[in-house]
Amino acid sequence: MPAPRTIPFDYPVPSASPAPALPGDGLPWLDALRGEGRRLSAGGLPGTRTEAWKYTSLAPLTELEFSHPAATLTEAIPAELGPGAFDALEGPSLVFVNGRLSARHAQLDGLPAGLRVRGLAQGLADDPAGIEALIGGTEALNGDLMAAFNAAFGADGCIVETEPEAAGKEPVLLRFVAAPGSEPLAYHPRVIVRLGAGSSLTLIECHEGPAGAPTWSNPFVDIRVGEGATLSHVKLQVEGDGAYHTALTKAALAGEARYESHLLALGARLARHEIHVRLAGEGADCQLRGGYMARGSQHIDNTTVIDHAVPHCESREVYKGVLDDTARGVFQGKIIVRQDAQKTDGHQLNRTLLLSPKAEIDTKPELEIYADDVKCSHGATAGEPEADQLFYLRSRGLDLRTARKLIVQGFMGELLEEVGHEPTRAVLAERVAAWIDGGRS
Amino acid sequence: MSAQQEAAQAVESYAGERYKYGFVTDVEADSAPPGLDHDTIRFISAKKGEPEWLLTWRIRAFERWLEMEDEEPTWAKLHYPPIDYQEACYYSAPKSDSDRPKSLDEVDPELLKTYEKLGIPLQEQEMLAGVAVDAVFDSVSVATTFKDKLAEMGVIFCSISEAVKEHPELVQRYLGSVVPYSDNFFATLNSAVFTDGSFVYVPKGVRCPMELSTYFRINAANTGQFERTLIVADEGSYVSYLEGCTAPMRDENQLHAAVVELIALDDAEIKYSTVQNWYPGDAEGRGGIYNFVTKRGACRGANAKISWTQVETGSAITWKDPSCILQGDNSVGEFYSIAITNNRQQADTGTKMIHMGRNTKSRIVSKGIAAGRSDSTYRGLVRIQPKAEGARNHTQCDSLLIGAECGAHTVPYIESRNPTARVEHEATTSKISEDQLFYCRQRGIDEEDAVALIVNGFCREVLQELPMEFAVEAQKLVAISLEGSVG
Repeated sequence: MPAPRTIPFDYPVPSASPAPALPGDGLPWLDALRGEGRRLSAGGLPGTRTEAWKYTSLAPLTELEFSHPAATLTEAIPAELGPGAFDALEGPSLVFVNGRLSARHAQLDGLPAGLRVRGLAQGLADDPAGIEALIGGTEALNGDLMAAFNAAFGADGCIVETEPEAAGKEPVLLRFVAAPGSEPLAYHPRVIVRLGAGSSLTLIECHEGPAGAPTWSNPFVDIRVGEGATLSHVKLQVEGDGAYHTALTKAALAGEARYESHLLALGARLARHEIHVRLAGEGADCQLRGGYMARGSQHIDNTTVIDHAVPHCESREVYKGVLDDTARGVFQGKIIVRQDAQKTDGHQLNRTLLLSPKAEIDTKPELEIYADDVKCSHGATAGEPEADQLFYLRSRGLDLRTARKLIVQGFMGELLEEVGHEPTRAVLAERVAAWIDGGRS
Repeated sequence: MSAQQEAAQAVESYAGERYKYGFVTDVEADSAPPGLDHDTIRFISAKKGEPEWLLTWRIRAFERWLEMEDEEPTWAKLHYPPIDYQEACYYSAPKSDSDRPKSLDEVDPELLKTYEKLGIPLQEQEMLAGVAVDAVFDSVSVATTFKDKLAEMGVIFCSISEAVKEHPELVQRYLGSVVPYSDNFFATLNSAVFTDGSFVYVPKGVRCPMELSTYFRINAANTGQFERTLIVADEGSYVSYLEGCTAPMRDENQLHAAVVELIALDDAEIKYSTVQNWYPGDAEGRGGIYNFVTKRGACRGANAKISWTQVETGSAITWKDPSCILQGDNSVGEFYSIAITNNRQQADTGTKMIHMGRNTKSRIVSKGIAAGRSDSTYRGLVRIQPKAEGARNHTQCDSLLIGAECGAHTVPYIESRNPTARVEHEATTSKISEDQLFYCRQRGIDEEDAVALIVNGFCREVLQELPMEFAVEAQKLVAISLEGSVG
């Protein structure tokens, strides 16, 4: 029997008492969206026969019994959350606990002029029409199952907007932290980012959670970068080792806009970071950089689609990873060049270091090209640290362990150099160093 | 007149040209009625006087195929109307089958004329090229040359139906051992209804003294061709096999589902070269061959080597990925491919390299050239199994786009499960460089010749892998296939 295209998934588990309403329930447009999301998600999770999920099986997720996300809405948010990765950073921040915005942890004093940050649940109460315009109708779901789960069961999130020509100095930090009990917990935050023409912003997304907690985080980040605007989007994923993380980020770029994505994924039992970028205006520029480091039996999937819809755009993509023990990495990168997108310049590279005999990488770099006057290329490599690099270091007196660490450090270090905001880069570098020190090899 | 206008005109004039090899030979065929059921299979089997085990095997495949109704592959980037398998004819042999010719003099003169039009007069080849030809004309071999010389060396080169009669132990041992009858939709169909093909066995330590070659030719309208080729290279042997084809012009789409199995034992080497130039359909994509091929080679023994080289310029639809299963330690798999698509042609072709043994190596060089409104896809898999210590793969696939309406796609799958393995993949897509064109034009080479020159240069790495006999033809083909499509 061939594997199914979808896996049946009883989510949420039926409970005796009806779940309390989600924020915004009763708004006709939102009811329609959630209804469509429920209809699509009732079909189950994408199975491995779906080409985009060929290498990542969500079957283990179906073994967990999640109650309705609305059921946790009434629980009190703990005052103490433990240290966060970006605590040292100054600047505005929002903290989401179990998917809900925590008012008492928010730090929104002294927002620079032209920057607006607000919670989604609150926004639905204050300004439903404005939120409707931002979220859009059901067509935005576009058959994507994970987006459907997010639409159907999303309770909170936030909206980050800049006015034209606004330039924020400090990054905006969005911290998502799980503080669950022993029960499995799922949340589906939605983040909406809108950059006005000529503005610039650094946005940090951080996902954290305690060890062992069975959580499922399914964030959807919807980004539009206006004409000539620049967004630097940093994401650190350090979820607990019992966590499932299925993130979808969609970015649309207007003319001359620039989107940089810097992802560092170290956490979760199973994580998938899916990024879709649409270059919709001439001269747009997209830079995707991702790092993944996994050990134990972790599974980290990076799936990207860069869609060149118009001429004269550039995209650069570099994903690098280190896999130890029985960890499995997946990279699926697709570059589409539409018929009109002449003079496209696209380059993609995936490199993976395998540190253990049981580690596995599955790579699928894909070019789909319909225009002739283009320059596109991709490359992929996989293997253990190079013997001559090791020899070089050992011949200078370093022991094998130190030499290997140094090579891994250098391999990942290249990625971090591109992060523009110095304190943020330092936090990421520290995480990479800590990961390397935590290994046996 | 701008280069683009010139190109547009040239394309039009080319589209108007008739397919160079488009002619139908009038040979009375002894065919099975259209349709496919148990009786068709019994008919084919009886017609060929097959032993019971083979009929059972066919029936088993057919029954599996019936269960596969929903499994017709859809993953390829190909678009074509659904095929009605009950409409095709599954057996057609030239009338002369009942009394086979003993020499070329006895061969149906119509057939000989056909070969002449194709430029492969058998007599000449006997003398000049030193190539033994097992010419397959509508599914049944009609002439085999150089048999004696090969027999002297112990090399068996005959049609597969003959091999079933003469060497049943070899056929029974190896048939379906690389591509099992349940492998995939088209291979299963082939297993049920295959009519003929070639069989080669090279005994231990023998270096086959000549290139073995089969010319396939699709004839009689509405006849699907289901070739089955089986090549076994015993320990320490070497064989080079050439396969080339052209087909007459016609309007209905023709289904072709071939299976090729290669087996290389310890220290053996098989080189398999293909030039495929079947009718690609007219400028609007009407007619043309549907070519669904399963080709797979197994390096069973240590230090075995299998090398695939292909030049794919024909067919409306090409679905094909010659693969290597590298089981033996230190075995080597190679894949060199040129795929040229023009007008409305679609090709989804590539390779699979499955590394199982230690220190296995594979090399993939794929050159895709898309022109007109065609779509060309490279789809390849490199899999490193956990035990493939020290495996090595290098993949290079380059695409060249000619014209604004064609598509070139690259879909490599890389699955590495051993850290000592080194896997590298590179791919580029671009158009013909203006600088190179300018350089050639400035030296007085006209545009069309310049493009042919540049494209031939682009393909050089693959062309030089072809045996001499093919290299010349292939170079011409590359130029002819793109004639008029470029500015």
